[in-house]
Amino acid sequence: MRIPCPYCGARSSHEFAYLGDAAPTRPDPSAPDAAEAFHSYVYERDNPAGPMDELWYHSAGCRRWLKLTRDTRTHAITAVVFAGTGEGAR
Amino acid sequence: MSRYSVFSLIANALNGQTGWKPAWRDAAPKPAYDVIVVGGGGHGLATAYYLAKEHGIRNVAVLEKAHVGSGNAGRNTTIIRSNYLLPGNEPFYEWSMKLWEGLEQDLNYNAMVSQRGIINLFHSDGQRDAYARRGNAMRLAGADAELLDRAQVRALCPFLDFDNSRFPIKGGLMQARAGTARHDAVVWGYARAADRLGVDIVQNCEVTGFIREGDAVVGVETTRGAIRAAKVGLAVAGSTSRLTRLLDLRLPIESHALQAFVSEGLKPLVPGVITFGMGHFYVSQSDKGGLVFGGDIDGYNSYAQRGNLPVVEDVAEGGMAVMPLIGRLRMLRAWGGLVDMSMDGSPIIDVGPLPGLYLNTGWNYGGFKATPASGWCFAHTIARDQAHAFNAAFRLDRFRSGHIIDEKGVGAQPNLH
Repeated sequence: MRIPCPYCGARSSHEFAYLGDAAPTRPDPSAPDAAEAFHSYVYERDNPAGPMDELWYHSAGCRRWLKLTRDTRTHAITAVVFAGTGEGAR
Repeated sequence: MSRYSVFSLIANALNGQTGWKPAWRDAAPKPAYDVIVVGGGGHGLATAYYLAKEHGIRNVAVLEKAHVGSGNAGRNTTIIRSNYLLPGNEPFYEWSMKLWEGLEQDLNYNAMVSQRGIINLFHSDGQRDAYARRGNAMRLAGADAELLDRAQVRALCPFLDFDNSRFPIKGGLMQARAGTARHDAVVWGYARAADRLGVDIVQNCEVTGFIREGDAVVGVETTRGAIRAAKVGLAVAGSTSRLTRLLDLRLPIESHALQAFVSEGLKPLVPGVITFGMGHFYVSQSDKGGLVFGGDIDGYNSYAQRGNLPVVEDVAEGGMAVMPLIGRLRMLRAWGGLVDMSMDGSPIIDVGPLPGLYLNTGWNYGGFKATPASGWCFAHTIARDQAHAFNAAFRLDRFRSGHIIDEKGVGAQPNLH
């Protein structure tokens, strides 16, 4: 699998470190349901068979975090941006 | 259906091998059962067998979307062992080991269980301490373990690279009762034994939905029609989330690809199972002579039953570091399985989380060795509506309560377990 890094171009997935599903967002620790929300955030996953937004770190390249949309059945990558800013779409 | 024995062998030899019957019926689904087990792999078939044998529940269907044993039961490296560290795990896996030891007589089927031993190599003083601790934990749980020094390992496996400059071999932790079994025969043996007790094995029957009454699950919709049951157990490994998605459940499970490889055939070389302690590489030799080996999972979520090239390279590098004589060996085949990685690296066998639903998942890269105990405990859990002591720690709510069982200590990052 080659990942189209917005900065470096298409590179082998071996250059990247994988974090996983980009969907979970850190809950508000002061919210009344924080314990339940953190359980869901840390442990529960949609684990889709199909397109999934996920976070990769280009550790052997530009060292930027990427958010890419990949089909978990085919590994086809349909979108990639810098995580955080959402820029660099290609 | 007749028992297999030396007499049936002789009788069929004399009549030109014309007397053999199919090992199990190709059942059509009935409209309703007491229990439906989804997933016709080793775990599902073992569950059905023990439901019938141990709990007298014989009105059971095993639903398989393709043919039995076509998923991970046919894609593993056939290793059986009980060399775990943590209290929640080790008694369960040791029970599995004991069931393996009596499996063939129990099933009346040759599963080629071969207790040829496993050696986990260590390469540093710190790793020796860790393996000594693990061995002691195993012995406390009733398993066998022996700490081998360098000379003892060399006597058993002279072909290893003992003086590798980065990873010299200092010794190994051996479990002599561990070994290998024939993965397909395990599936076929359980299928035949369950069928003999009245279980319907329904192949080419994919579950496409669930029948609900309020919160409760009271049956399944399949490609071969609706089937109702008071209890529905899921034993579908890496496809678990695909089914629980239909119930709006989110689980602490990610699906990943795990590869395995087999080389061309060699004369007998590797005496048992060997694991490299400084990289992820493990190897055994099949009875046909091929080296069967594997390593890490691919590292990212995958529903593709095939692997990637970087991990092929990584596994080969691990193999070359510990066993350089494989350098000229050709790889015959590589394959990938769809493993259900849990958030702490340990399985889930539990009642719920909905009424009428029972979960068996989270086997990570190590479900094959668990097959007998997984079925045995899941059958107990379904029949009695509560866990047996052996699977009492494998609760789904342990992630909420904090009672996680993390052998490797890497936290909720399934691609690292």
